[in-house]
Amino acid sequence: MRGWARWLALMTLALGLAGCQTVKGVGTRIDRALDKVMGSKGQRLDPWESWNRKVFAFNEKLDQNVMKPVATAYSDLVPSPVRTGIDNFFGNIGDAWSAVNLVLQGRFKAGVEQGMRFAVNSTLGFVGVLDIATEAGLDKNSQDFGKTLGKWGMGTGAYVVWPFFGPSSVRDSLALPVDWQASPGVVFDDGSKKVALTSLNLINTRANFLRAGEMLEGIALDKYTFYRDAYLQRRGSFDDDDEVEVLVPGSAASAPAEPAPATAPAASTASAAASAPEAAASEPVAAVAADAPASAASR
Amino acid sequence: MTLMTSLRRRVFAVATVATLSLGFVHAAHAVDGSAPDQLIRGLSIEVLETVKSDKDIQAGNIGKIIALVDAKVMPHVNFQRMTASAVGRFWRQATPEQQGKLQAEFKTLLMRTYAGALTQVKDQTIGLKPLRAQPTDTEVVVRTEIRGKGDAIQLDYRLEKAGAEWKIYDVNVLGIWLADQYRNSFAQEIGANGIDGLIKSLADKNAKASAPAAKS
Repeated sequence: MRGWARWLALMTLALGLAGCQTVKGVGTRIDRALDKVMGSKGQRLDPWESWNRKVFAFNEKLDQNVMKPVATAYSDLVPSPVRTGIDNFFGNIGDAWSAVNLVLQGRFKAGVEQGMRFAVNSTLGFVGVLDIATEAGLDKNSQDFGKTLGKWGMGTGAYVVWPFFGPSSVRDSLALPVDWQASPGVVFDDGSKKVALTSLNLINTRANFLRAGEMLEGIALDKYTFYRDAYLQRRGSFDDDDEVEVLVPGSAASAPAEPAPATAPAASTASAAASAPEAAASEPVAAVAADAPASAASR
Repeated sequence: MTLMTSLRRRVFAVATVATLSLGFVHAAHAVDGSAPDQLIRGLSIEVLETVKSDKDIQAGNIGKIIALVDAKVMPHVNFQRMTASAVGRFWRQATPEQQGKLQAEFKTLLMRTYAGALTQVKDQTIGLKPLRAQPTDTEVVVRTEIRGKGDAIQLDYRLEKAGAEWKIYDVNVLGIWLADQYRNSFAQEIGANGIDGLIKSLADKNAKASAPAAKS
């Protein structure tokens, strides 16, 4: 915990330097170097592609030979409810860190909501094993320090692939040590427990990705390029806290049928949105929970 | 480890939503296409309801999904524009025949993602965000999200006004616009093997995916 604050201070400094466009007096060489890394002049965002590809290939091998088989065995052997509980447990720790980041991003309402999620699930949900908060209308909103840096105005920077850790960017690599301070392993001082918990977290995450991973194999022309572009686009975009109107089947029939104010789409949206908050909290699952479990089992 | 896992999660969600996104659009007939947000509203609800009530679709029956999309979704999509955007500057160098093939293969590619994602549909609902556009705008973004367990999945649409109707020409899943997502991949393939090379590699991907159902 001690090193944490120092890290943060250091990073903020480094980022301040890197992020701002006014690196005056530091000289054009540094400016140019930063351009290469941060891509501020719209260059290609993958200056280290040939190296990255090698690391990517190494990670793929590792995944094929270790992570994927282990994750497959895990999802075959461990019953689904247990896996859900484990996933919720790790998710709950993530929620606490999301809450911190939302506050750092100045999104106080959303931050408090994630904090509530963490509080509710940690207590009523037995240390996070049950996700009660979602049922209560407190939706998950994952954030990390890399996103926070982005919100503060720092671009993603160049693409980087780390051995073992996988795809990243300059910005997210700087954020990584901070995010680690909030990873589940830190709750234990004991080394072997740390390793055990971290391993379980890894396996859980990989297992969650098994299906989608196979699907992605089928739609990416070049996996490296596909992952890179998805990563950079995704990490460079930001969500917002706009109110959401939950669409319910009833309104499907009425919306087109009623002689809606065709000339004033904005108005109709506004009025619809006004009634939204209530619905958002209470409506979600009620509408169509009927055949929920069926399709999950079919795979 | 966190980055890899978070990317994986993301990519997973992308795949899910990418697929969902086109599906949302499927229920064309009853839908009011005269206002962009009303179009998305109507399509979203109808698609979700259809998927939830159709076990074949949930099981990933790709033939059925394609038929459904062709009948209901495609009338509301400017797929030529979407393909052209993904192909980028090479589009104008392509012959009409090549353009037609590119569209067909790209559509099949997305459709397969779609089929995969539909197998994930369970108890999700769709949320619509307020439209931020002027009445005079001819290109707008309609923002929605899929809400279920875990993080909401962002799903946005770019629409253009074509006459009296609005048409979708790009889809954003989890912050990723699909045309942008494929632009570098396509350019890379065209750079190496030309436009016919891209058509071939898309066709190979599609053929390979449709063949080994036995593998799963």
